[in-house]
Amino acid sequence: MTQADMSQAKTSQADASADPTDVLAASGAPACSGDVSAVGLHAERLLNLYPSTPATVSREEGLLLYRDMTLGRRFEDKCAEMYYRGKMFGFVHLYNGQEAVSTGVIKAMKMQHDWFCSTYRDHVHALSCGVPAREVMSELFGKETGCSKGRGGSMHLFSKEHHLLGGYAFIGEGIPVALGAAFTSRYKRDALGDASSDAVTAAFFGDGTCNIGQFYECLNMAALWKLPILFVVENNKWAIGMDHNRATSDPEIWRKAAAFGMHGEEVDGMDVLAVRGAAQRAIERARAGEGPTVLECLTYRFRGHSLADPDELRAEAEKEFWAQRDPIKRLGAHLIEHSLATAEELKAIEKEIDAEVADCVEFALAAPEPKPEELTRYIWAED
Amino acid sequence: MAETLLFNALREAIDEEMARDPHVCVMGEDVGQYGGSYKVTKDLYEKYGELRVLDTPIAENAFTGMAVGAAMTGLRPIVEGMNMGFLLLAFNQISNNMGMLRYTSGGNFTIPTVVRGPGGVGRQLGAEHSQRLEAYFHAVPGIKIVAVSTPTNAKGLMKAAIRDNNPVLFFEHVLLYNLSEDIPAGDYICALDQADVVREGKDVTILTYSRMRHHCLKAVEQLTKDGVDVELIDLISLKPFDMETITRSIRKTHKVLIVEECMKTGGIGAELMALVTEHCFDDLDVRPVRLSSQDIPTPYNGTLENLTIIQPHQIVDAAKQLHAGTI
Repeated sequence: MTQADMSQAKTSQADASADPTDVLAASGAPACSGDVSAVGLHAERLLNLYPSTPATVSREEGLLLYRDMTLGRRFEDKCAEMYYRGKMFGFVHLYNGQEAVSTGVIKAMKMQHDWFCSTYRDHVHALSCGVPAREVMSELFGKETGCSKGRGGSMHLFSKEHHLLGGYAFIGEGIPVALGAAFTSRYKRDALGDASSDAVTAAFFGDGTCNIGQFYECLNMAALWKLPILFVVENNKWAIGMDHNRATSDPEIWRKAAAFGMHGEEVDGMDVLAVRGAAQRAIERARAGEGPTVLECLTYRFRGHSLADPDELRAEAEKEFWAQRDPIKRLGAHLIEHSLATAEELKAIEKEIDAEVADCVEFALAAPEPKPEELTRYIWAED
Repeated sequence: MAETLLFNALREAIDEEMARDPHVCVMGEDVGQYGGSYKVTKDLYEKYGELRVLDTPIAENAFTGMAVGAAMTGLRPIVEGMNMGFLLLAFNQISNNMGMLRYTSGGNFTIPTVVRGPGGVGRQLGAEHSQRLEAYFHAVPGIKIVAVSTPTNAKGLMKAAIRDNNPVLFFEHVLLYNLSEDIPAGDYICALDQADVVREGKDVTILTYSRMRHHCLKAVEQLTKDGVDVELIDLISLKPFDMETITRSIRKTHKVLIVEECMKTGGIGAELMALVTEHCFDDLDVRPVRLSSQDIPTPYNGTLENLTIIQPHQIVDAAKQLHAGTI
C-alpha cells in the first residue's frame, strides 16, 4: 500500500463520499489551488486529515494565543535580520510556520508547573514557556544576561525558573531527559506520597527524530510506566534535506503509538485550536495517570533548516501550499469571524510585539559579555 | 568492625543513603527483582519498592538520559551499568547531558547522578565485556571519575558519590566484588578527590588504581624482600587526579612508575604521565615509566588475556630497574 493509498483508505473510512478537497472545505480550511500531487505527500496528508475536535477559546485565551504566536514569528524574523547583520553566530534554526504547535501545546499547560523539553529549534518554545524575550535574544547574542548565561547559544536555551529543560542539539537526546522529568512526577506522587505531584512534561521533536532508537526506547518506557508525558512530533516533512517519505517506512508517526499501547493522534499543525484541543485531551489523560500520548502535528517550516541552508530541494508549489495555511493568519481570521477580536485589536497586538522585539534587541546589544575570568564557571555544581 | 564483601559494602552504602534521602533511587537492568547482576542492590527492591529501585528495559541510552532528566527535576538517581561497557551505548547522554549540561545551561541545572558498575578485564569474558571506559570518558568535562578497590573505600566513596551534587562515574571492578575485609561500622565517607597512600616508602612511587592496586601489593612484597622501598598510591580519583598527594610523593622518591589496566594509547596513564611531567619535571631523577595493557581488544584465550594486562612480575622488574637507574 502506498502512502497515497493509505491516506485514501483512511479518508474512505472517515467519509466514503469525500474527496480530499471536500474534507478540507468542510473543515473550513482554505482550499488548495492547483494539482494536489505537485504539493507533495505531506500536503496530501493534511488534506486527507480527518478533522479533530478543536479547542474553544474565550476572548482572553484567543488573544493570548495570538500574542504568543505573533511574538514567536516576529522574534524569529528579527533573528534572521540580526544573523545577517553579524550579531549572532553559529547554527540558527528558525521556527516560522510552526507556531501553532508551540503555542497550541505549551499554552494549554501550566506555566512553571509542567515541564518542557525542546530541540535545536528552541527559541519559540522558550518564549511560549515564558522565558523573557530579552533573555532569549541575549543568549543568541552570547551575552551574560542570556537564559544560559551566553554559554549555551541558540540550540541550548535553558530556564529552570520557567521549567524549560533545555534545547538539545543532537537528534532525539532530549526525549529521555523529558522522560526523566515525567518519571520525577510519578516518583514524587507514588514513592514520596505527594498527591499534588501532577506535572506533565511535553517533549518536542521533529519527524526526523522518529527514526532514531531513543524515540522508541522512550515510547516503550513511557507506556510501560504510564508516565505523564506528551511526545509532540512537529512533522514539518523535511529533516534538513531528507524528505520524511524517503526516510521512514510508515510516514504516519502517530500510528506508531499503537504499537506501544498508547494513545496517538494526528492533528493539523497549522491550526492552533486543533493543536490545543488535542493537547488538552492528552494533558488531561496524563494528569489523570492514564499515561502518555504521541501527538503528531502536521506542519511546515517556512524557512530553510537553518539560516545556513540554501533550501534548494523544496518545491515552490509545496511552499506555497503551506504558506497559504499560515497559522497566525488563520487564528486571526477565526478570532475576527467569531467576534472575539477586531482587526484593529490584532494590529495593536502586533505593534506591541514589535516594540517588545525591538526592546529585546536593544537590551541584548547593550548587555554585558560574560566575564573572561568566569570562563570555567558552571562546570561544577558548587560554582 | 565486621568482615564485609565488597559488593555488600556497596549495597550497604546504597541502602543507607536511600534510607537517609528519599530522593535517592536506583535504575538499570535487573537492579530490582533480580538484585543486580553482582548483587549490589540485593533486597533493596523489596525494601524500597519498584519506583525507587527501577528495573529498566535494556535501553542504556534512554534510561541514562532519563536519569539526567530525573536529576534535573529533583531526584538523585544511581544508574547501574550492568557492565560498564554497555554504557558505550549511553555515551551521548553521559557526555553531552550529564557532563556538559550544567555548563551549557549557564548553571540553571545540576545533575546529581552516580553511574556505577563493573569495569575492567575479568576472566575470559571476551573483548566487549572487558573494557576500561574510564579512559574513554576521561576527556568529558563536568564529570568526576572514581575507581574503588577495597570494601572500605567502596562503601565510603559510594556514599560520597551519592551525596555529591555533580555526576560521578563510579568504577567497580568485575574481579573485586568478592574481596573481603573489616570495614568501619556505620556511617563514614571517603573523599572523592583524594588518593590513598597505601604504603609509604622512599625509593619509588607507584601510581595505580582499581584491581592493579592488588597486583602492585603483590609486587611490593617481592620488592620489599629485594630491598626496594615502594611508596604505593591508589589514585582513587581518576578525575581530577589528586596532584597534591602525587607531587608530595614524587618529591620524596624522585622516581615514578604508573601501573594501569587500561590501554596505553589515550589511557589514564598517558594523562597522568603528562601531568607528572608538567608538575614534577625537576623532581624526577629518571623519566616516568608506565605499564599499561596492550593496545588490543582483550582476547578470550586465558594465556593471551594474561599477556594483555600487566602482571605482578612486570611491576617488580620495572620498579627494580627504576630504582637501579637502568631503565
